[in-house]
Amino acid sequence: MNSTTENPPVARMNAWWYSSPQTFYRLAGKLAPWFAALAAILTVIGLYIGFFVAPTDATQGQSYRIIFIHVPSAWMSMFLYVVMAFWAAIGLAFNTRLSSMMATAIAPTGALMTFIALWSGALWGRPTWGAYWVWDARLTSELILLFLYLGFIALQAAIDDRRRADKAGAVLAIIGVVNVPIIYFSVQWWNTLHQGASVSVKGSSMASIMLAGMLVMVFAVWMYCIAAVLYRVRTIILERERHTAWVRELVAGEPLK
Amino acid sequence: MIWSSWEAFWAMGGYGRYVWGSYGVFFAIVALECWQLRLRRRAALQEARRAAARPGR
Repeated sequence: MNSTTENPPVARMNAWWYSSPQTFYRLAGKLAPWFAALAAILTVIGLYIGFFVAPTDATQGQSYRIIFIHVPSAWMSMFLYVVMAFWAAIGLAFNTRLSSMMATAIAPTGALMTFIALWSGALWGRPTWGAYWVWDARLTSELILLFLYLGFIALQAAIDDRRRADKAGAVLAIIGVVNVPIIYFSVQWWNTLHQGASVSVKGSSMASIMLAGMLVMVFAVWMYCIAAVLYRVRTIILERERHTAWVRELVAGEPLK
Repeated sequence: MIWSSWEAFWAMGGYGRYVWGSYGVFFAIVALECWQLRLRRRAALQEARRAAARPGR
């Protein structure tokens, strides 16, 4: 696969066509603003429901409103890790450059989501449990998730050769996947201070308007993460494909902004 | 309406610092990430332009 040559029209029929960094750069540029706009709109709707429609919680008072940011960021922190490991594994197995770039692009957003989950959890824990932090299975495994993201970023940054950095990062990411089910099932496997899931396949233990607000915020944060990753992967493509003919042509025609 | 006044809204039933501490950090992080993405894109474009201008490649 040579990204410096134009793709023949017939290749458009093939899904693999999008695995070319050049093609994906354009596609991501078209899609990212839509995801960003969707994220903004959903955030406004979600926070409106969360703060102005959803009633006060009977046992937790107003402190429960942290849920509208805590659950979406916690879900995304785990989901993004699995997606990151998936792309890293594809990159490792098939030596596809774009897959590895995707994994690298996901890591910072995943780390930030993990941090927000931990931070909002600490601020929720203080009024609810009386402590910002406890060495509970759920909290500890989520902290390990943050270290896995940071380890992935640090490891890739420490290796100069990009393809080697991709491979080393992929191995770390794949091994770390074992932590995701541990986080998810920790509240069932161990006696934790952290409550069990409010939402499951069997239904929800929350009032439906609270649940609606939370789910809208889940989609808002999800769309934000997609937008951020698409914007970042574009930059990573530019950085790594700097010396290819298509990037030269691209920057030749584009004014400085 | 849940809130009798804006003061009641900001007070969050006495949990204001926890609720706004969560949302404040969330929005600060989102803003920082967007800013960082912008800076990194600019740097990458500039670097690509420099590479394209370099003769003999």
